[in-house]
Amino acid sequence: MNRPANSSIHHPGTELYDMGLDEIVSDLAVPEPELAGPKPGVLKRLHRRFSVLGLIGLVLVVFWLIIAVIGPWIAPYKSGALSSVDVFAGSSHAFLLGTDYLGRDMLSRILYGTRYTVGLALAAALMASLIGTFFGLIAAVSGRWVDEILSRLFDALISIPSKVLALVVIAAFGSSIPMLMGVAALAYIPGAFRISRSLAVNLMTLEYVQVARARGERLFYIARVEVLPNMIHPMLADFGLRFVFIVLLLSGLSFLGLGVQPPNADWGSLVRENIGGLAEGALAVMMPAIAIATLTIGVNLLIDNLRRRGGRGQGAAQ
Amino acid sequence: MKAHASRLIAARLGLALLTLLIVSAVVFGITGLLPGDAAQQALGQAATPEAVTALRHQFGLDQPALQRYFEWLYLVVSGNFGTSLSNSLPVSQLIATRLPNSLMLAGLTALVSVPVALFIGISSAMFRGSLLDRVLNVLTLSTVAVPEFLIATIAVLVFAVKLRWLPALSYLSEVSSFGGLLRIYAMPVMTLCCVLVAQMARMTRAAVLDQLNASYVEMAILKGASPMRVVLRHVLPNTIGPIANAVALSLSYLFGGVVIVESIFNYPGLASLMVDAVTNRDMPLVQGCVMVFCAAYLLLVLIADLAQIVSNPRLRQR
Repeated sequence: MNRPANSSIHHPGTELYDMGLDEIVSDLAVPEPELAGPKPGVLKRLHRRFSVLGLIGLVLVVFWLIIAVIGPWIAPYKSGALSSVDVFAGSSHAFLLGTDYLGRDMLSRILYGTRYTVGLALAAALMASLIGTFFGLIAAVSGRWVDEILSRLFDALISIPSKVLALVVIAAFGSSIPMLMGVAALAYIPGAFRISRSLAVNLMTLEYVQVARARGERLFYIARVEVLPNMIHPMLADFGLRFVFIVLLLSGLSFLGLGVQPPNADWGSLVRENIGGLAEGALAVMMPAIAIATLTIGVNLLIDNLRRRGGRGQGAAQ
Repeated sequence: MKAHASRLIAARLGLALLTLLIVSAVVFGITGLLPGDAAQQALGQAATPEAVTALRHQFGLDQPALQRYFEWLYLVVSGNFGTSLSNSLPVSQLIATRLPNSLMLAGLTALVSVPVALFIGISSAMFRGSLLDRVLNVLTLSTVAVPEFLIATIAVLVFAVKLRWLPALSYLSEVSSFGGLLRIYAMPVMTLCCVLVAQMARMTRAAVLDQLNASYVEMAILKGASPMRVVLRHVLPNTIGPIANAVALSLSYLFGGVVIVESIFNYPGLASLMVDAVTNRDMPLVQGCVMVFCAAYLLLVLIADLAQIVSNPRLRQR
């Protein structure tokens, strides 16, 4: 029963953030107590759950999510409209973020691009986390051999750096929206698999799971009822990290000209299109890159906050 | 029992080779088998079925997939990756001219980033919870999430456009003196270092904190050892393994990071060769580059594992 939780090849993604699996697992071992007593006010609860930085992260994330939905409606110009003769213009009343290399309004371009950057990454991260968790659970609850084979396979996938893997797949199949989503998911399934597997393997050694086994429950039942609900919290944090990596991966690909293809543009392609204006110090190069940074930093701050306050909140409630 | 350590090392070596084998199968599967019929593509839709069959025979495409894989593997192991489709030079020769440049870039980056990261990581672990630690936490958390091209464009904007200290592109042929070397490498290395230092510092901090929580540290403090002595004499020797691991894993980030950085600064390294190959769909070249990348990655992970084994006295001497 006691299989080692960590095999020899590690993945940067699993250790980047100083959580360490042990920390998550030790968090896990404490069953979440129900908060007793009268519920405090919304503001107070918000304050207890979020630090200032966490709140900034939350605001940034919610902001970009909303923009992803309503972006095209509030954009002052149509995405492709050549609205000015002035290329690489600076900020003005008509063009808040200046114009791009063809004289298109940069603000509108960014608003339209949000859908691609946020939407694609969300879909891909969701796919990666779901598929990774699925296989991780299978590996943890089923026998030695299944576990061994799955682990070796995903370890091999992990040892192809994600950008390199993405490049190979794009070389073979070309670049389209579904392809990009698939390749980003594929690159980050192994990471999700590793985390969910080690969480599940550790959970499998806990008493209540052993009791369920002794009761003679089927493996599927154990995975669904005993193990999965207790993995949700750390897997959500992991989902956020995976989202950040995927945003960076996809915008990196677009920056290389291998991601979202024109006439569509995500933020990475916007940077690429306008890189010629760098020498003139154009807003058009900086703004999309800054948009990416605010999104990814926002998610990171939010997760960091949830991890810290989440643990502390539990401690206080006990 | 030295035999125990050497047995562990042998097991790690075997595992790395097995992983490399699986990687080669995955890479060949994606690039060689899945994209469809190379003969049909080469001849176009109008080709007669006979001509396609003949060319397929000539390419060896009528052989079973497994046989083709092993033939390819045999050639790869003997150092023959085939010829590039776009300029009909041997792939191994193309890689050989670019590899030293990439190694140089990676080496310089490691040389700069490792000491800085270790310093930041260890000092923020020592002063855990202090203002310094919290500021560093937010800084590294944000830097990890920033896309490389944002850092690179800011660097170009400041140092090449505004201050005119450094050239925006890297032309290696102009390197004649140490100053010239510094001018060429300053910006690519700086860009790579930013993200790398942040990652490495976070992982180092986690590794040191892990040890600081151990009971032997408490013992040392109770005996009246100064905080400096606790960290330097008691904690650091125990963290060599985890820190080596952290360093190797962070360095593996370079394999993704160089892809963007090399193409921004037009640096003639392996990654920009690969991006060009992907753009031209030059499959033999893509395969060659990927295998080199993966082998290098596995080597790094292997070194990290070995460092962990060797630095653990319980395994070394008994």
